[in-house]
Amino acid sequence: MSADPLRDDYADQTAQIKQFFEPVMTEPIPERMHLRQPAWIAHAKAAILVGIGIAIGLMVSMVAPLSSDPSLATAQLPLRAARAHVVYASEVRHPVEVDATQQEHLVKWLSKRLGIDLKVPVLAREGFELLGGRLLPGNEGPVAQFMYQDQSGKRLTLYVTRPHKGDALTAFRFAQEGPVSVFYWMDSECGYALSGELERPALAKVATAVYRQLEN
Amino acid sequence: MDYELIVPYIPNLRRYARALVGDRDGADDLVQDTLERAVRKFHLWRPGDLRAWLFSIMHNVFVNQLKSRKISSDQEVDDTFAAPVPGATRADVLDLQRALGTLAPEQREVVLLVALEDMSYADVSRALGIPMGTVMSRLSRGRERLRRVMNGEVAQQRSGLKVVQ
Repeated sequence: MSADPLRDDYADQTAQIKQFFEPVMTEPIPERMHLRQPAWIAHAKAAILVGIGIAIGLMVSMVAPLSSDPSLATAQLPLRAARAHVVYASEVRHPVEVDATQQEHLVKWLSKRLGIDLKVPVLAREGFELLGGRLLPGNEGPVAQFMYQDQSGKRLTLYVTRPHKGDALTAFRFAQEGPVSVFYWMDSECGYALSGELERPALAKVATAVYRQLEN
Repeated sequence: MDYELIVPYIPNLRRYARALVGDRDGADDLVQDTLERAVRKFHLWRPGDLRAWLFSIMHNVFVNQLKSRKISSDQEVDDTFAAPVPGATRADVLDLQRALGTLAPEQREVVLLVALEDMSYADVSRALGIPMGTVMSRLSRGRERLRRVMNGEVAQQRSGLKVVQ
């Protein structure tokens, strides 16, 4: 007998409730729950779709400069992040420049290069471990990319960039860039984009965790 | 407004609603009403705990639904745990969904927010708009009752046999 059988009962009870209702989390969301959006978001999405078409053309030459028009920068964030994801997540031997065993060094280095104190979200509860990170060239300065991997080898990347002049704050948004799903947002300091070749609900779960950790 | 911010919480709202209401259609109605209200009132949300805000809206919608359908009172629970599960068989007693249905709605809410959403007393207090002390007492009563129902201690057709340990 354990010291406090009632307490154990409640731990079991909690686990049982969780397990019983867990399947609801991954059920497809019914059509009627799709939130109606103001027209301008639909337009922005259309613009991004056009952007993807252009991006496919640009994919062959990653160095092709993107427009520096600041009004386009927000729309470009998920696109750039998805492109960087495609390039580095598929790297077998060199996915990162600095691996997670040197996490402290990694964070200091990237923080210094971006000129902000970077936080690295912990995604163990979501099943992802930090592999490491790298520095990437952005349109207007350096960009940090952190890479995570789950047990099956599926990879996610978190792309962190300084905002450009004229960028508006952007709340949590979703974009699909070819096979890559991206959740992105901009706060007063940084733009963030979490990319992965995951279904939207699965990525949403991880992105929510990232968002909560970074915005608190 | 950036309704997309709400989207990641929809699965959580659906899960909670399913456990709270019991049937799928009723639960999705609750979610739907909650989302519509959240979108209407989104301008009132100030960046902070969006989850607690959404769950507080769901709570208000749920309470209104209970009132308009007049469901609640027959499930009112007394503190002696004497109320039997109506028509329960042994198999029913083991059914978690049914067991939850025997809790008073206000206890069910607290038990489920803690179990499903890992909410702290403070989170639940905010989401339901009740004092922390009330959260604690509803939680302990709700858990205890649920435990007893699941163990068959509150079933109508209680087995006379004792489990030999």
